[in-house]
Amino acid sequence: MKTIELSINQQVHRIEVDPEMPLLWAIRDIVGLKGTKFGCGQGLCGACTVQLDGQAIRSCQTPVGSITAKQKITTIEGASTRLEKIIQAAWIEHQVPQCGYCQSGQIMSATALLKSNPKPSESDIENYMSGNICRCGTYSRIKSAIQTAAKNAAKNTSKSTKS
Amino acid sequence: MSLESRRSFIKKAGATGLTFWLGLSYVKGESTAVISTAKSLTPFIKIDAAGITIFNPNPEMGQGSYQAVASMIAEELEVSLDQITIKNTSGEKEFGAGQWAGGSSTVREGYLTYRKIGASAKEMLVKAASQTWGVSPESCTAKEGKVLHAATNRTLKYEELAEAASLLEIPKEPKLKDPKDFKMLGKSVKRPDIPLKVTGKAEFGIDADVPGMLYSSVERCPVIGGTLKTFDATAAMKVPGVVKVVSAERVIGKYSSTGVAVIAKTYWAAIQGRKALKIDWDTKGFETFNSSDYEHKLRSLSKEEGILDKQKGSVDLPVAQVVESFYETPMVAHHPLEPMNCTVHVNGKKVEIWTSTQVPVSVTGPGMMGSMPALVGINPEDITLHAGFIGGGFGRRLYFDYIVEAINVAKQVDSPVKVVWSREDTTTQGPFRPMTFSKMIGGLSEKNQVVSFQHKVISPGFMDSAMPNWDKTKMDSMMTEGISAQEYDIPNMKNSFVFADYHVPMAAWRSVTSSTLAFAHECFIDELAHKAEKDPLDFRIDLQSTNTDTKRVLKKLREITNWDKPLPAGKARGVAQWDFFAGLSAQAVEVSLAKNGAVSVDKVYVVIDLGTVVNPDNVKAQVEGAVLMALSAAIHPAITLKNGVVEQKNFDTTPVTRMSESPEVIVEIITEGAKIKGVGEPGLPPFAPALGNAIFALTKKRLRKLPLEIEFV
Repeated sequence: MKTIELSINQQVHRIEVDPEMPLLWAIRDIVGLKGTKFGCGQGLCGACTVQLDGQAIRSCQTPVGSITAKQKITTIEGASTRLEKIIQAAWIEHQVPQCGYCQSGQIMSATALLKSNPKPSESDIENYMSGNICRCGTYSRIKSAIQTAAKNAAKNTSKSTKS
Repeated sequence: MSLESRRSFIKKAGATGLTFWLGLSYVKGESTAVISTAKSLTPFIKIDAAGITIFNPNPEMGQGSYQAVASMIAEELEVSLDQITIKNTSGEKEFGAGQWAGGSSTVREGYLTYRKIGASAKEMLVKAASQTWGVSPESCTAKEGKVLHAATNRTLKYEELAEAASLLEIPKEPKLKDPKDFKMLGKSVKRPDIPLKVTGKAEFGIDADVPGMLYSSVERCPVIGGTLKTFDATAAMKVPGVVKVVSAERVIGKYSSTGVAVIAKTYWAAIQGRKALKIDWDTKGFETFNSSDYEHKLRSLSKEEGILDKQKGSVDLPVAQVVESFYETPMVAHHPLEPMNCTVHVNGKKVEIWTSTQVPVSVTGPGMMGSMPALVGINPEDITLHAGFIGGGFGRRLYFDYIVEAINVAKQVDSPVKVVWSREDTTTQGPFRPMTFSKMIGGLSEKNQVVSFQHKVISPGFMDSAMPNWDKTKMDSMMTEGISAQEYDIPNMKNSFVFADYHVPMAAWRSVTSSTLAFAHECFIDELAHKAEKDPLDFRIDLQSTNTDTKRVLKKLREITNWDKPLPAGKARGVAQWDFFAGLSAQAVEVSLAKNGAVSVDKVYVVIDLGTVVNPDNVKAQVEGAVLMALSAAIHPAITLKNGVVEQKNFDTTPVTRMSESPEVIVEIITEGAKIKGVGEPGLPPFAPALGNAIFALTKKRLRKLPLEIEFV
């Protein structure tokens, strides 16, 4: 057991855990944020995706002891930037979720995609998002929502630069 | 509920505030072998000082019942969705036997009933207002949660009328709205569960957080059919955080098996403890079982006569040409993304359960799919269920084996305990969609008319899997689902079933047996069309002697695909349809040959026949999802057993459709028919045969086995 400091959604949590414990279980069961989901435990489905310093990572494959207190973790509960809100609004506009279980991970991945690539082509989206499984099959709507979000994010940016 | 007990119920509810409950008798729905429903007198609407609550008894698993049920009630009640709170029910007695989801039944069975519930409440509220004002009910109108008397410009809110309305008789035949006045039904209303699902706020069963809760991971016999002999927990108990190791029985249908549960302070510790277990299993001879051997058995059983499903005319009459084919489909897993899980607190006699289930009614007492409490020796009255949003059902959560097991774990510990299955557990332990093999024989006349048709199904049985004392010589009509129901007018027909004994638990998988039988049936229809040298779509239309729903659907498919216009070189398309208990759809699949020689699935056209539509955008979403689920099962490795053990463990060895392989799906909804049909499942069955038929059109190779080997064409 080890004391580990985690900065999650701009809040510091000091937890006593086995440093080998995957970040996923620390987030869900120790910190108590349930929006990040367990799907496969092998980094194959993306349901557990969170952002670590803006990069999408699979929290089920990340030992909690490998993270330093300086690194910033963002989960779906902390999705509050302009871009994240634009993405969530696009998800609602396109009525993306069905059961909804994978969607926290989908939104975390989409956010990381649009941060690194604000104008993704259709194949950019397919390549980036194909690590996230949706068993309900909402992919075409995810794709449309990302395209809408990219457009809206660009619009807002150009407006704000003009003003 | 009698009027007297209803009144006392209102009184009881009223004691906690100004509360108006409305009950209404549910009409008994249509029943089939899979789906039987009896919805009883249930209070679906609650109006009190806090506002209006509508209860959804059909668990939300992505199919949209949360919005659909609320809309059907709210439309007639004259309230908008943002004026109400929607609550999913949890198997409470007062909500009756209809608390389950499956069989694409929410709208198809509940459409008029839910509307009548809303309409009755509205009539009672209007009457209460008219009595308060001393005017005629006809001079009052209901709108946006209020009753208005236009002549005197008076209004009363529903909340203010609730108590007076609750004392009135429930109208037996409330007047329903003219569909042209609908504000929500038939329109693509935004789903109120979606904001919860894009912010991480939706609570699924696995998200239960109970104070003092422990976690458990269970090692189950890897050989299906085996069970626990002995175990040594010495090493497991030394893992920091491990609290206790117990054995726990899991029951599914006629099968029972005992595993070893490690209970710990964290789930991570439970997993480490589980790895340290030493277990001696009793594999009962199943350790030599290979599914490839079982496939041989099914092929040899195809020579048997079997049990008759339906017969018409005589298939023994001489014909000009006989066509014979044999089709094979495998087992597949459901792969809901939320792994199986259940949290239980056993406190003396009382049992509290948090989980995701398609059958809340059976978790709290006898109902659809049986009675869970009976299997664990607990009084239904002592059970409290908290049913969460479901992270994927697809039929898997119609079974409550994981709840039984979790209760058996929790009985041995004082604290609440959350049992979480790993993905590997969820994949390897079953139940699975049964494999069905089909022997097809068709007869053509000299003029290339289809004069005879035979479909013999060889498979294990759902009923045998479900019931300990099932008579194996009896017909299991779930295994011949739909094969005698297609609207092809063929004068001589004989369909039958040969039972093959098995030891692996079977489960309904979205669209049940239609998901495999349609593949054989509709590919074979295609074979006959080609033998008769006819266009496969026109061949199907010409086999409809009357104006069937199938004919309407096929003609619409012809229109939206621009069927007469040839496709560009290198592209081809196939067609199929399927009519079964859940509904009817027809599909055309467009394929091309990719550079690597694999078949690429480019575009899918779907026509779905509904009778009425509650939310067109949600229907499209359901059909899109159904097609991708069908694609998964049509082209990806299936579930196989070697030495008694399931060979596939996780999404690397039993993949599901990913974004990069998803075709464009075009959905056309038909609502002209008289019969209200289902949405969630009918988009599945025609896909695999339409793809097989498209591959034949492209390559002249007839693939008769699922999964289709699209890489090697």
